[in-house]
Amino acid sequence: MMAVAENAPRPRSYGLAIRHAISFFGTALTAVCASIGAICLLIILGYVAVQGIGAVNWTFLTSLPAPVGEPGGGIGNGIIGTGITVGLATLLAAPIGLACGLYLALFGRGWFPEAVRFLSDVLSGIPSIAIGLFAYVVLVAPFHHFSAVSAAFAFALLMLPIILRTSEEAVRSVPRTMREAALALGLSEFVTTMRIVVPAARPAIITGLLLSIARVTGETAPLLFTAFGSPLWENNPLNPMAQLPLQVYNYAISPYKSWHQQAWGGALVLILAVLVLNVLARAVLSSRWRR
Amino acid sequence: MNHPDAPLKVEDLSAFYGDMRAVADVSMSFAPRNVTALMGPSGCGKTTLLRCLNRIHEIAPGARTEGTVLLDGEDVYDSEMSVIELRRRVGMVFQRPNPFPTMSIFGNVVSGLSRSVPKNDKAAAAEKALRSAALWDEVKDKLGRPATALSGGQQQRLCIARALAVEPEVLLMDEPTSSLDPISTLSIEELMTKLAEHYTIVVVTHNMQQAARVSRYAAFMLADETRAGRLVEMDETSKMFTKPSDRRTEDYITGRFG
Repeated sequence: MMAVAENAPRPRSYGLAIRHAISFFGTALTAVCASIGAICLLIILGYVAVQGIGAVNWTFLTSLPAPVGEPGGGIGNGIIGTGITVGLATLLAAPIGLACGLYLALFGRGWFPEAVRFLSDVLSGIPSIAIGLFAYVVLVAPFHHFSAVSAAFAFALLMLPIILRTSEEAVRSVPRTMREAALALGLSEFVTTMRIVVPAARPAIITGLLLSIARVTGETAPLLFTAFGSPLWENNPLNPMAQLPLQVYNYAISPYKSWHQQAWGGALVLILAVLVLNVLARAVLSSRWRR
Repeated sequence: MNHPDAPLKVEDLSAFYGDMRAVADVSMSFAPRNVTALMGPSGCGKTTLLRCLNRIHEIAPGARTEGTVLLDGEDVYDSEMSVIELRRRVGMVFQRPNPFPTMSIFGNVVSGLSRSVPKNDKAAAAEKALRSAALWDEVKDKLGRPATALSGGQQQRLCIARALAVEPEVLLMDEPTSSLDPISTLSIEELMTKLAEHYTIVVVTHNMQQAARVSRYAAFMLADETRAGRLVEMDETSKMFTKPSDRRTEDYITGRFG
């Protein structure tokens, strides 16, 4: 391209004009593509907000779903259920994921760490419904009982590779000179890792954790045959439990107009929850550069 | 160059990165309470040699050494020697200021001290180290501020204070001013001269003027044809700059290469 423009038997300014034109066109193209992405998100957010805002009020957020034919009802037990399930999943996945990430970052050479990385990447590519089926086979079928624990197990499997890779990356991105400085002071490897390296990586680790939570909060497929859903206030994780994404699904496929409205309301709450988690993740990360 | 009372001696030291020999058969000793400069062009192994002295060389994957480093007569590569103990006795300052970014100025200075040290003793140790590093007056009112808020020169003096707080005998400095402006460089050089009253200092530099300004003794190193760094000569700095005994030293000093 450049060679053509330079060798062409034209006045120089003409070649420059073409380059400016190409540059403008390229910039415009990328701007349009970027806008399409952003606009899609805004349209979805806007549409869900417009459709759902009418349904969202205090009663909707705090009450049980109403039986068929009765007006009102809400998603209170779904919010609690999703909170419990995601919380349990985090408790399961975070310690293992962080420990693995730390291990890979510090001792990440050789065939075994490479195998762990590869398997973790494979795990992150498995469709969530297959993960749900796995949880069903392992934790539901043997007990003949749906449970929130089995859903949390499925979620934890989805979160694990995200936490693992983000925490490895976070620890790796701590400059080597930091570790050297600590070791040169006569601090042990363990103290160096715990007091110097991990604190420096903490914002990025927390960001990865929050993003993994956001990732599973909206997951629906694995819930179908694990948590199953429930019309009751249920706080025993060994029992079937209401889940916000499941309620949205059930409301949406119903034939009733008022339930459709409730599906939009539930979807709005779900999107806002995920949005808050994402914004939080960004805020934690940027606080790293705060002076 | 042999100082009978040298706290730190190197005998037939070779250092490797995997199969690559970066330092070959170096023997030298460092005069007590003086500054010794390690000079030479890039890739001559001077930094690697320095990093062997507190065994920080060995944390790189595939890195190993042969030969002996004696600290007060004890072989630092002996299995009896605790590497933690060694590094507390042989402090190090790096090329770029590297304060711990998550810690305050105070936290940085006392980061090498054991957690069990009482708070008052820590405060006293911090003040002493910061005074020794000529930083106390500039930071005494903001010890709780993050270390990263300091200027580059201040950060480097903070790193010196951090190393001094552990009360080492020897201070290794790896091109401590290479990332600093001339005024900060001057203040670090003045500090080195002052610190040499109490500490044995080994400084790597490829700035010959700096070696001439701060060091009493100087060693000149060059890489041989296999890229392994060898000691060419070691002498009093003043003699080395006026009457070097090796032709290659003279060529380097007069700017014919390097």
